Amino acid sequence: MTFSDWLAEPVNWAFLALALPMTVAAVRVVTSRNVVHAALFLVLTLAASAGLFILLSAEFVAWVLVLVYIGAVIVLFLFGIMITRAPIGRETDLSHAGRWPAALASLAVLALTLWLITAVSGQVEGFDGPLPAVGVATDSAILGEGFIMRYLIPFEAVGFILLAALIGGITLARKDLTPAEEEEAERV
Amino acid sequence: MTGLVPMTGLVFWAELGIKMAVAAAAVPAIGMVIGYAEMKLSAHMQSRVGPYFAGGRYGWAQLIADGVKFIQKEDIIPAEADRPVFKWAPALVMLGTMALLVVIPLHPSRYGMVRDLDVGIFYALAVSSVSTIGVLMAGWSSANKYSMIGGLRAAGQLIAYELPLVLATVGVVIQAGTMSMQGIVQAQVAQSWPFMLTQFVGLAIFMTAALAELTRLPFDMPIAESELVMGYVTEYSGFRFLFFFLAEFANMFSMSAIAVTLFLGGYGFWGIPTDTLLSPLIVFAKVGILVFIMIWLRWTLPRFREDQLQTLAWKWLIPISIVNIIVTAVLKVVV
Repeated sequence: MTFSDWLAEPVNWAFLALALPMTVAAVRVVTSRNVVHAALFLVLTLAASAGLFILLSAEFVAWVLVLVYIGAVIVLFLFGIMITRAPIGRETDLSHAGRWPAALASLAVLALTLWLITAVSGQVEGFDGPLPAVGVATDSAILGEGFIMRYLIPFEAVGFILLAALIGGITLARKDLTPAEEEEAERV
Repeated sequence: MTGLVPMTGLVFWAELGIKMAVAAAAVPAIGMVIGYAEMKLSAHMQSRVGPYFAGGRYGWAQLIADGVKFIQKEDIIPAEADRPVFKWAPALVMLGTMALLVVIPLHPSRYGMVRDLDVGIFYALAVSSVSTIGVLMAGWSSANKYSMIGGLRAAGQLIAYELPLVLATVGVVIQAGTMSMQGIVQAQVAQSWPFMLTQFVGLAIFMTAALAELTRLPFDMPIAESELVMGYVTEYSGFRFLFFFLAEFANMFSMSAIAVTLFLGGYGFWGIPTDTLLSPLIVFAKVGILVFIMIWLRWTLPRFREDQLQTLAWKWLIPISIVNIIVTAVLKVVV
């Protein structure tokens, strides 16, 4: 398929209209000089990826992304940032010293992903097959059945790991006070 | 690769344009009607007359005059504010409001609602959560401590009450066997009684959580006048204030309309065929009752304390709604 063939498909225009702003916003998340701006660019990135899921007829996943990530996770991010410190304007100490190794690592991940996709394309059944029609959402009944019947145990396992991670996070972040320190804290 | 077939047709774009225009026009229209109702009802509940002169009789044109006044006002942005975030916050709040109107079924035909999504109710809950970001943006970017505290309170409150709001709808979805808004109404029309009779717990939790999501009394800590001036809207004036103002009233309408769809049978009413032009009027009448109750509560109840608000959500509403889901699911299988 040549590039002009690709452009002739209207769906690819919709893809470009979502993917280009998404890429710009994703870069701005890490280059932004203000931590609240970074979080807001993350909202834009997530919204665009929800749009990409809609293009793939995965309507339910798209709205899960909006409800859970934009509606809850980012709100918690912003809440956390604002309740601690959130100055308006540019901040000087946002850049991490290891930003160049980090950039290198993310480029390596990108290359690995691209290589994987091109390597497996044609070898996996249905990979090059026709995509489902855009605008026709996957029936949520099918999703529900797959979720409860076929993927129930993987789902429970992931839930369990997340719970363990949460408890681990609390244990690591929380500093238990000694009785003497507790007394001190109460006096203050 | 199949193309995006409908996108190429002119009909698609014309239809999309009309739908967007309708949704955009609905917000100020609804805002004016409910805003006027709130002014008049609150006045009569307090033995006042309320708006009286505008428009000649009963002050019916009060909200139109208010709207014109807001548009004329200078667009003031505080010097220390974060300008882009400050400017976009009302738009984001309005986005959540308008997106909610799309899935409210008024009539069984395909022109009865903008789009009947397969995941209808889930979509409604998802887009309504977008407004929270707008509220936080408004609170932070105003560079004002009152706004900031208001924004933080709003975020804490909206996170806490989103959970019971979502969980309260699950019982209805289990009973109806579908998430589509039309499907839920049709299920109630088919069995000729509304889900209110079996899901009364869900309805109570949904309306309580909806009041909190709307940040209306008794849950209006984020904009508590006596403590925070006006919370996150303190620094807004003119047109941008109008956006917050209209969004609140339009959200009252859409939350009530969703409750009507889920619990009160939507456009169904005993003895009236659903495919007549009476259907939208039935929906509006039912919404009117719920909106009246909201206004009534606002002018009757005092404000909760912040800790009481969180206790109510986390220790009462969420456990009760989970029990409700379990009972509904068991009964669905057994009965």
